[in-house]
Amino acid sequence: MGQTILIAGAGHAGGCAAAMLRQLGWQDGITLIGDEPYVPYQRPPLSKAWLTGDESADSVVLRPAGFYAAAGIALRLGTHVTGIDRAARTVTLSDGDLLAYDTLILALGARPRRLPVPGAALELRSIADADRLKAVIRPGGRLAIVGGGFIGLEVAASARALGADVTIIEREDRVLARVACPVMSDFFHTRHQARGVRIVSGAQVAALEGTGGDVSGVRLSDGQVIGCDSVLAATGAVPNDETARAAGLSCDNGIIVDLAARTEDPAIFAIGDCTRRPLPLYGRMGRLESVPNALEQARQAAGLICGKPPPAPEVPWFWSDQYDLSLQIAGLPFDATEVVLRGDLEAGRFALFHLAADGAVQAVEAVNAATEFMGGRRIILRRKQLTRTRIEDMSVSMQELAA
Amino acid sequence: MPNITYIEYNGTRHPIEVAVGKSVMQGAVENNVPGIDADCGGECACATCHVYIDAVWLERIGRPPAGSQEASMLSFAAVTQPDSRLSCQINVTAALDGLIVRMPEGQH
Repeated sequence: MGQTILIAGAGHAGGCAAAMLRQLGWQDGITLIGDEPYVPYQRPPLSKAWLTGDESADSVVLRPAGFYAAAGIALRLGTHVTGIDRAARTVTLSDGDLLAYDTLILALGARPRRLPVPGAALELRSIADADRLKAVIRPGGRLAIVGGGFIGLEVAASARALGADVTIIEREDRVLARVACPVMSDFFHTRHQARGVRIVSGAQVAALEGTGGDVSGVRLSDGQVIGCDSVLAATGAVPNDETARAAGLSCDNGIIVDLAARTEDPAIFAIGDCTRRPLPLYGRMGRLESVPNALEQARQAAGLICGKPPPAPEVPWFWSDQYDLSLQIAGLPFDATEVVLRGDLEAGRFALFHLAADGAVQAVEAVNAATEFMGGRRIILRRKQLTRTRIEDMSVSMQELAA
Repeated sequence: MPNITYIEYNGTRHPIEVAVGKSVMQGAVENNVPGIDADCGGECACATCHVYIDAVWLERIGRPPAGSQEASMLSFAAVTQPDSRLSCQINVTAALDGLIVRMPEGQH
């Protein structure tokens, strides 16, 4: 009897780890455990094409359902891991089953942060969430979105495309406060306002008003009430690290892993949104909620398990599509002391370079500027230093800047 | 269905039937062909579905238009050549039956 790999979590990270193990030649057992009724699918479309178009579970799956049987990957859907016995190398499932493992990969994901007030707020993580949201977005309907991050802004753009009335309620003094710099926040604020989105920033939610399952408004701490028919909570995500913590694995807002996605237990890996991982380019640990991170860590774990050399380090990156704007962010602006604009902000085709004190490029935020994004990734990876003058000079090509 | 042959960097050939309307990238991913990562799922945002198009086919399929997002992404993809394309941007049609694409040494 061969070795068994259990993968707890069938999102992007778990699904790709399973597929990657087969690509790398793993011959023994793989079981993929997911609490949703679907085979692994792509979540990014849920805030965009799922709401505005005719996407279905079949059109967003990473691989067709038949792939798993053909690849010898056992699926346990509609259940999740509730406990890990590290000494016995078993996991308990929510349906009561006990499964043994030789290697366990935790791909437990994250869940939307709940609003601190009671009431019937929608959230967006899963297909079921997206279906509930889609059902309330209609022409003339009033949607209040609490949180002006990527998810909040993407849903705002989709809801406007469908003719809904949208108000974004943001706790910070600007949208995208956690993920982009003030210049970028201003840019997206302006573009959303131009499309008819109302943005209330510096606002604390005090209560949801309404009776029964219906919401009629969001009351802010200053007494103002934002009238609405439905509320979406889009205030970030919380890592699902409780099961790992209960099993004695080190966690700190995410399961602690190394650059091969190993936990401190040699039989247990952790990948994706549920992890806190080293960021070697930045000399610190961090939790990255992104598809590229999920895939990078899936490659790290699968590579080590299959005895392959470790994959080359990657620059963290993120993307968001809103209206006709393609935002691509390379790197993280840790220790940045200067922001330099390259391109035309008014025309909506530009990039913001974040420089450390020594001129090293830490991050590049690009809007409809794929060359700057791609060049930025290379520059960051090579820890290249640039000056403001050269970055601003559009007669200097990105190829020259990255050379 | 059109038959597309994906050739890994190490020479391993994967002849695959891909439904019309899918992208060349989807054909690879759905069949777990190694060498095409497609991190962004087909948004033309990551350049990890990079392939080289067999010379005979490049004329028919064409190169990405200058100034397009695909051309921009390719300008910094790993190990590009004049026959490079992003496979998420090539839609499979009946006319692509017999297409041969080769994968680069790496996508990252």
